[in-house]
Amino acid sequence: MPRNTDPSLHGFERAREYKRALNAAKLERMFAKPFVAGLSGHIDGIYAMGKNPWDLDSVLTGSGDGEVRLWSLSSQETVWRAAEAHRGAAKGVCYVPGGNTDRFLSVGADKLAKVWSRTESAYMHDGVTPEPVATYQGKSAFSSVAHHRNRPMFATGANSVEIWDVNRSEPVTSLAWGADSVNAVRMNQTEVNVLASCGTDRSIILYDLRTSSPLAKLVMTLSTNAIAWNPVEAFTFATASEDHNAYIFDMRKMDHASTVLKDHVSAVMDIDYAPTGQELVTGAYDRSVRLWDFSKGHSRDIYTTKRMQRVFCVAYTMDNKYVLSGSDDSNLRIWRARASERAGAQSQRERGAVEYADKLKDRYKYVPEVRKVLRQRNIPKGIKSAQRTKNLMLTSRKNKEENKRKHSKPGSMPRVPERNKPILGVTHK
Amino acid sequence: MSTAESSNKGGAFAKGNVEETAASYSDRKEKVQVKSKKAIHKVQHEQRRREQAILDAARAEVLMTEEAGYLEAEGMERTYRIKQRDLKEHLDISSADKIFDLDLQEFGPYSMDYTRNGKFLLLGGRKGHLATMDWRNGNLTCEFHVRETIRDVAWLHNESLFAVAQKKYAYIYDHTGAEVHCLQKHVEPTALGFLPYHFLLASTGNTGKVVYQDVTEGSVAGEHRTGYGECHVLKVNPYNAVVNLGHSNGIVSMWAPKQAQPLAKILCHQGPVQAMAIDRTGTYMATSGQDGRLKIWDIRNFKQLHEYKTTRPAHSLDISQQGLLAAGYGANVTIWKDALADKVKKPYMQRTVGGTSISDVMFVPYDDVLGYGTDKGISSIVIPGSGEPNFDAYVANPFQTKKQRQEAEVKSLLDKLAPDTIQLDPNFIGRLDPRTAVQRQREAVARQQQEYTENKASGQYLDNTVRNRTRGRNSTAKRYKRKRQSNIMDLKKLQEMELLEKRMRDNENKKRKVPEAEKGALSKFYEQKRKSN
Repeated sequence: MPRNTDPSLHGFERAREYKRALNAAKLERMFAKPFVAGLSGHIDGIYAMGKNPWDLDSVLTGSGDGEVRLWSLSSQETVWRAAEAHRGAAKGVCYVPGGNTDRFLSVGADKLAKVWSRTESAYMHDGVTPEPVATYQGKSAFSSVAHHRNRPMFATGANSVEIWDVNRSEPVTSLAWGADSVNAVRMNQTEVNVLASCGTDRSIILYDLRTSSPLAKLVMTLSTNAIAWNPVEAFTFATASEDHNAYIFDMRKMDHASTVLKDHVSAVMDIDYAPTGQELVTGAYDRSVRLWDFSKGHSRDIYTTKRMQRVFCVAYTMDNKYVLSGSDDSNLRIWRARASERAGAQSQRERGAVEYADKLKDRYKYVPEVRKVLRQRNIPKGIKSAQRTKNLMLTSRKNKEENKRKHSKPGSMPRVPERNKPILGVTHK
Repeated sequence: MSTAESSNKGGAFAKGNVEETAASYSDRKEKVQVKSKKAIHKVQHEQRRREQAILDAARAEVLMTEEAGYLEAEGMERTYRIKQRDLKEHLDISSADKIFDLDLQEFGPYSMDYTRNGKFLLLGGRKGHLATMDWRNGNLTCEFHVRETIRDVAWLHNESLFAVAQKKYAYIYDHTGAEVHCLQKHVEPTALGFLPYHFLLASTGNTGKVVYQDVTEGSVAGEHRTGYGECHVLKVNPYNAVVNLGHSNGIVSMWAPKQAQPLAKILCHQGPVQAMAIDRTGTYMATSGQDGRLKIWDIRNFKQLHEYKTTRPAHSLDISQQGLLAAGYGANVTIWKDALADKVKKPYMQRTVGGTSISDVMFVPYDDVLGYGTDKGISSIVIPGSGEPNFDAYVANPFQTKKQRQEAEVKSLLDKLAPDTIQLDPNFIGRLDPRTAVQRQREAVARQQQEYTENKASGQYLDNTVRNRTRGRNSTAKRYKRKRQSNIMDLKKLQEMELLEKRMRDNENKKRKVPEAEKGALSKFYEQKRKSN
């Protein structure tokens, strides 16, 4: 097609571009259908989830009644299950790393850690629980499990962090700094000898596996529910806190959080990084899943459904396209990571149009009309009213503090940055 | 006004000064007090991209296949002496075919309009004759008679619809000639104009109103009384979609659909404005008046540049895409070249038609052809160098297929602009307002205060207009509102504040103890008054 770039031929260039940006924003919201599928099967709520870094298709879940299931995401069904894997809740599940392994671990409140194999502990039919490949007896109820990236060892969280060698029936090491129970334990998958745990004593502790000793301890104002290591930057990790926020920390400098992710109105229960390390997903007690950019303080999207209850575990799939959530209502849900994106191959022309629309939206995102369209979400009444209440409380607290500051000696009440507020102290060993 | 930008437009894409343009762009980089490295980097990146885009656009001009060429005279020859029949001998067959006359003796004088891609011609005879055709190959698409006066005709966004200003109302017909709409809001229209990016049909008429109608949804986007009586001259400024009206008292007024007052007014002539034309960059306007003058204006700053004389007042004017000015007066059509920015002494081309007078002239977009309507039909002549040689297929395509037309229609409807985006400066959209929110509010309050004092001085607002309402004043909602709006100043609030102050002053004066010396002989009354209170 012949083109001529003479501006006098292209009238109202700016106004038309703005109009196109507005249309693009509207279309994005029109096509935003984030919910892909809800996978039912569990009888109790889902409290543990483990993704397989080598396989896009499969994901593990553990439920409150001790059942462990292996799902195929593409066919949207259970492919393996152990109905009574644990007495009491299955508190943690994880894959044994390695491209061709079919083993995975589960830990329960029954003080047992079990290794399963997809092929060896074959699932026969309903009513028959497959046999684990190996069983380890712990001293107290387990809360979490994480496997080492390349060595046959795994860590469990109970009253203390215990490191297990798969060939031994007793833990190799027991790590503790202060005596309290552990909420979650995560192995760093890049800097493989670093381990993070968080406990009910509001602490986050980093351990070094080479010396079997703690590195640093960070004490927050409220306890942390989950930890996720950044898969790209080995030294950053994100935490899901009881104080409704999620925090991103640089382990080299933990006296402040590098980003505070604020939007949830209830305790954040789980957090996971996208494989790119650029985005995060959180699940919260307010029955919502939120998606975040690592550098922005507020979420870019919120996912809810009428039937979804408290979200206890979330995961970003390894293709960066979907997020998974497990909640109290016993369903595993699959969501799109970008709500209006469509799966499948795109033609050159289609991709061009999508890229142009993205660029336009990016360019005009601060213009009020476009911003309103892009940001508006219909969120449940419960969350909305909680937001209102929370906002009111926070503003009045802020006003009170400002009033106090006004009437006290200048400099006696310094302003504390939001990034420092939740941190009570950091101790290095 | 956007003088700087508009003047820069032509230069930025001229072939010769690519390097200068880029250099001047980088000179404009100002030192901005931004702390964030990220933001600085972003701005710099954007600036580099812009510079690159200008260079790329200039380089892409190499790809343009056509070049504009003018008639050039040698020695004693003069271009304005060259006749069409001389020209015809030297033209190729397809171009020579563009010189023709349509002999339509009965229903003239004719007004005409070409579609935006120049492919179709619409002609309307004063006495009711309407026809549309693909004029290059002479294919008539429709022809009919409306049996009443036709004053003006205009194509809408493409060749499928056109509007006609008839005796009582304006009508819209489709390409088969079927009447689609009767626009009863346009009463006795005399001139029509179509705003292609806004999908608005503008008309003016004997009622002295300017009416805008949205042709996609049928609603009236604006209807304003000009206050200057009946009006016959309407032209749309293609640069900013402002409608210019030429009035019988010599004023040219500029209108936007959402503003009841004209955006600007210029006194152009001592007597009625006869015709008007605006160039496509929105820089120049040509007007002709009954006073026999043909004036060229810079409409960015509303100043007259120079004027030409025609033997009789020019009845119709047009400016081509390449900036050629055509004027039809009496039985003559005269075309000037390079006549807008500077005054030229001799015309470029000329044609005299015997025994009739010119009613309408119009250049064909993307072609070197001028069409004119007379009492006895319409004619088409070749004016070398008048049209834009390189078309953009996504803007207007003279070789458009049916499928392309349909697709372009949908795209342009998606990009349809709202009527309230029409301003004198079309680039106001997307421009950053550098003031902070506080500054903006402060300015607004200052403006209101000034307005208040001015109005008060002129006695427009009286103190007693403020009622002292007591009932229902202290509801929770009102208290909340009062608290929230403590910093919002409006006229009413200022008045109330002043009144309150005055009352307080009065009360103070009442309570004031009057010293004995001031009382004098009237001390008795002071006592009494206090008692009666």
